[in-house]
Amino acid sequence: MSILIFIDHIDGHIKKASLEAISYGVAIAAQSGDTAEGIVLGSPEDLAGLGKYGLKKIHQVQSDHLKSFDSQVYTKVLGQVVEQTRATTIIFSNNAIGKSIAPRLAVRLKAGLISGAVALPDTSDGFLVKKNVFSGKAFANVSVTSAIKVVLLNLNAYAIKETGGIAEVVPFNATVETPKITVTGSTKTSGKVSLAEADVVVSAGRGLKGPENWQMVENLASELDAALACSRPVADAHWRPHTEHVGQTGVAIAPNLYIAVGISGAIQHLAGVNRSKVIVVINKDAEAPFFKAADYGIVGDAFEIVPKMVEAVKKMKGK
Amino acid sequence: MKILVCISKTPDTTAKIAFTDNNTKFAEAGVQWIINPYDEWYALVRAIELKEADTATTIHIISVGSADVEPIIRKALALGGDEAIRVNANPADSYFVAAQIAEVARQDAYDLIFTGKETIDYNNGAVGGMLAEMLDLPYIALATNFKMNGGNVTVKREIEGGEETVEVALPVVVSCQKGMAEARIPNMRGIMAARTKPLKVVEPVPVESLTKIAAFGLPPAKAGVKLVSADNVEELVRLLHEEARVI
Ligand SMILES: Cc1cc2nc3c(=O)[nH]c(=O)nc-3n(C[C@H](O)[C@H](O)[C@H](O)COP(=O)(O)OP(=O)(O)OC[C@H]3O[C@@H](n4cnc5c(N)ncnc54)[C@H](O)[C@@H]3O)c2cc1C
Repeated sequence: MSILIFIDHIDGHIKKASLEAISYGVAIAAQSGDTAEGIVLGSPEDLAGLGKYGLKKIHQVQSDHLKSFDSQVYTKVLGQVVEQTRATTIIFSNNAIGKSIAPRLAVRLKAGLISGAVALPDTSDGFLVKKNVFSGKAFANVSVTSAIKVVLLNLNAYAIKETGGIAEVVPFNATVETPKITVTGSTKTSGKVSLAEADVVVSAGRGLKGPENWQMVENLASELDAALACSRPVADAHWRPHTEHVGQTGVAIAPNLYIAVGISGAIQHLAGVNRSKVIVVINKDAEAPFFKAADYGIVGDAFEIVPKMVEAVKKMKGK
Repeated sequence: MKILVCISKTPDTTAKIAFTDNNTKFAEAGVQWIINPYDEWYALVRAIELKEADTATTIHIISVGSADVEPIIRKALALGGDEAIRVNANPADSYFVAAQIAEVARQDAYDLIFTGKETIDYNNGAVGGMLAEMLDLPYIALATNFKMNGGNVTVKREIEGGEETVEVALPVVVSCQKGMAEARIPNMRGIMAARTKPLKVVEPVPVESLTKIAAFGLPPAKAGVKLVSADNVEELVRLLHEEARVI
């Protein structure tokens, strides 16, 4: 029996989220005495190198029909792989592609789905997984009662572990249907780092007064290799793209460091960011609710503090 | 064109999150209930916009829940839904809910099924994908823009680090998020009209749920903020580097 990990890639690169999913799957396999195997649809670079995260075997399906992402086509392929590998647990990252496929595959396999897992399953009595609920305001321990389990692992929830080794990449001969969905174009959002995966996020709110004042937070983000985010009114006013809106009704994130500039810290905003490991708040109002949820803070004018912070980070890195 | 919009009842975004019965139940006392924001602001409003552009469109609202979901169903009708169906059952898990909706959808020829990207209480984001698989339909998750294009639709969806434009023929299941539409509020005429719009109650089909919440918990509280003087920004950077070790 095996633990199957879906390995996701974009522009030929394997994303950090997939490395987390691999480390997670390898740890489950170690718990249960099963083997951890990867499945990749398409041809990213350096698959064998993924062995260093503990994978011994990676199944690879290649077909022109996989180029336009159609969850229906992918699900049918994965169904064939699960059947052949007799996988009992299938792991996805809880990102756009994972969210599109995992629920489908769960139905196909009549498997219980855990969406948004944040810890390894407790298998001492059944299969119990901790997941976020109420947009990070609480968690739930969910038990899966079916024989096969599908898990969507939250991003930045499980640390990548290197164990060393080389993976054997084996072609998998699958029937691949023609996709019904055709991709006709794509756009990259600004910034080098994807928001959901970023270790550091610099976020700004209405306190910045207008879109013309974003340069200083962009500078700070670029010094810290951070992704940019914003509060909801900022996105609603089209100061920033809606893809940067974080919170209960935007993107939920869990970076190591979240820097909030000129954001009041409304309950709906906190809900999407409170899983950040360290929160820094810069706000001129000492009574801003965000300070209650922060680890570090400066009470003061963002227009003075942020440029100084950029200089301080440069100086620190220069050492 | 016939559109089915799936809506869920969730606690208001400011509701206090607490649990009872040995941490196995959400504490509902005093909680205000709303239509899950993604379902209302994006799925339902986009459906209404499509109807405004093509009056031959009808919008059916569906919700799986006991009689206490009727207020949010009436609100959806006030916003612009034409008819509603309530499946009279406790929404046990995503699989159970999707199976109930699939059963209803099979009895009608829907061209388009909209869901929200996830509910703000259980955050599963799974009903749309499950439903699509049960109905053997294509599924576009995390849509940020949706346009009719004859019998085809052109949809923008979120992908890692960007957005992608895709085309597909109807029927299709789409999960909706920010960008799809601008939220609106019901007007008096809508509220009056909603009172007499049909709301059909159907009994559930037997389906076993595949997951169960064993217990809820709250995250540990923060230790408290360490404030640094505005004149000493370098100290903040030092703390982040040396103490917190995050930069
Ligand atoms: C159903 C619902 C869902 C919602 N979902 C979300 C969500 O997902 N995400 C979200 O963010 N919000 C959400 N909101 C909105 C939320 O309630 C707040 O209105 C919003 O987060 C406030 O954004 P803000 O902090 O940028 O703006 P404001 O509340 O206007 O705060 C601006 C802050 O900037 C500070 N400031 C001003 N000038 C300066 C300066 N020069 N230097 C430093 N600080 C300064 C002020 O002191 C203030 O604290 C939701 C609301 C509802 C009702």
